[in-house]
Amino acid sequence: MLESRMLLVLAIAGIMLSCRQDMHDQPRFEPLEMNSFFADGRSSRPLVAGTVARGQLNLDEHLYQGKVNGQLATTFPFEITASVLTRGQERYDIYCAPCHDVVGTGQGMIVQRGFRPPPSFHIDRLRNAPPGHFFDVISNGLGAMYDYSERVKVRDRWAISAYIRVLQLSQNTAIEDVPAEVLKDLSTE
Amino acid sequence: MAQIFHPSMNTFSKVTIFGSVFMIAGALWFFLTVERSSYVTQAKVVREQPVPFSHKHHVADLGIDCRYCHTSVEETAFAGIPPTKTCMTCHSQIHATAGMLEPVRESWRTGKSIEWVRVHDLPDFVYFNHSIHLKKGVACETCHGPVGEMALTWRENSLNMEWCLDCHRDPESNVRPREEVFTLDWHPKTEQAVLGARLVEDYDIQNLTNCSICHR
Repeated sequence: MLESRMLLVLAIAGIMLSCRQDMHDQPRFEPLEMNSFFADGRSSRPLVAGTVARGQLNLDEHLYQGKVNGQLATTFPFEITASVLTRGQERYDIYCAPCHDVVGTGQGMIVQRGFRPPPSFHIDRLRNAPPGHFFDVISNGLGAMYDYSERVKVRDRWAISAYIRVLQLSQNTAIEDVPAEVLKDLSTE
Repeated sequence: MAQIFHPSMNTFSKVTIFGSVFMIAGALWFFLTVERSSYVTQAKVVREQPVPFSHKHHVADLGIDCRYCHTSVEETAFAGIPPTKTCMTCHSQIHATAGMLEPVRESWRTGKSIEWVRVHDLPDFVYFNHSIHLKKGVACETCHGPVGEMALTWRENSLNMEWCLDCHRDPESNVRPREEVFTLDWHPKTEQAVLGARLVEDYDIQNLTNCSICHR
């Protein structure tokens, strides 16, 4: 009788002990998981300053810095196709429209909530600004605007710059410059 | 010789022999019910966070796209938790002195991480990749639920394997056009059965139920 009771207790203890989560939480780190080994508690280690990964030396001044011979680039570093503009529109609507609004007048939702209004893209100074200017501001920030270099990739920054040109044209085109077939569509709607 | 068993043992033995089936079934039912309850899965349970961040406010009221903060969701396995800098992009000026946001400003000043509490954590023996699900037309809200209604974030689904398999076995009922995966409160304009069947064809979606798809 005593022996069978002992067995029962052992079995219950065994079941309770087996309720561990070792397989659920294995000794490796998921992205951004905490690690008490380091003083700052991060398992994802910050890069040592000046680190350059293989193949990421990024020497192309035009593509990566938006400059040619130290001056803001007046051209795009790659061909702007319809798909680049579509991508630019998508990225603009995600990252820029909250403040600059979808047309670029600088009255987005965040501005309506009290953020310092950015200038409209439809002023002469910005209509005449070279593409490199927009790339530079996205990459390095300006005034109250933080930089978006971690959030928006290099090619996407150029796509957004190109799309800003589209927005500017959309608000500042003489009726004579609109192609006849587009005009027909517009007037029938 | 004296009686070993009391007469009541007759009834007792009958009940235990015939009742054992029900007792075992009941115990099994109880175990499975507890396993699927939110007590174990934490589904629909709001987590305490260092800052009471509201997806409802940022997503539904302000209309900020998911990708503004979860930048890596389209290209990597991990959707990404935004760094403090993303918060400060707006909150350097908006609610810049709010007491509620002090942990954010402290993190910005000192460079110490905000210790957000993870809401969705799959077991380590499961491989999951966000980007492929988006590319195949599985929307954020398909798994994460009505994020635009979450004043504080909760886990919408159990993350149990049977829940994964429900969709992997029947993608037709769950996929939507790629352009709509970030849309909240989306409803198909055509019948889901027709649309789903077409998308499964177009996107080359397979019923991936092999063990090693996820347990690799």
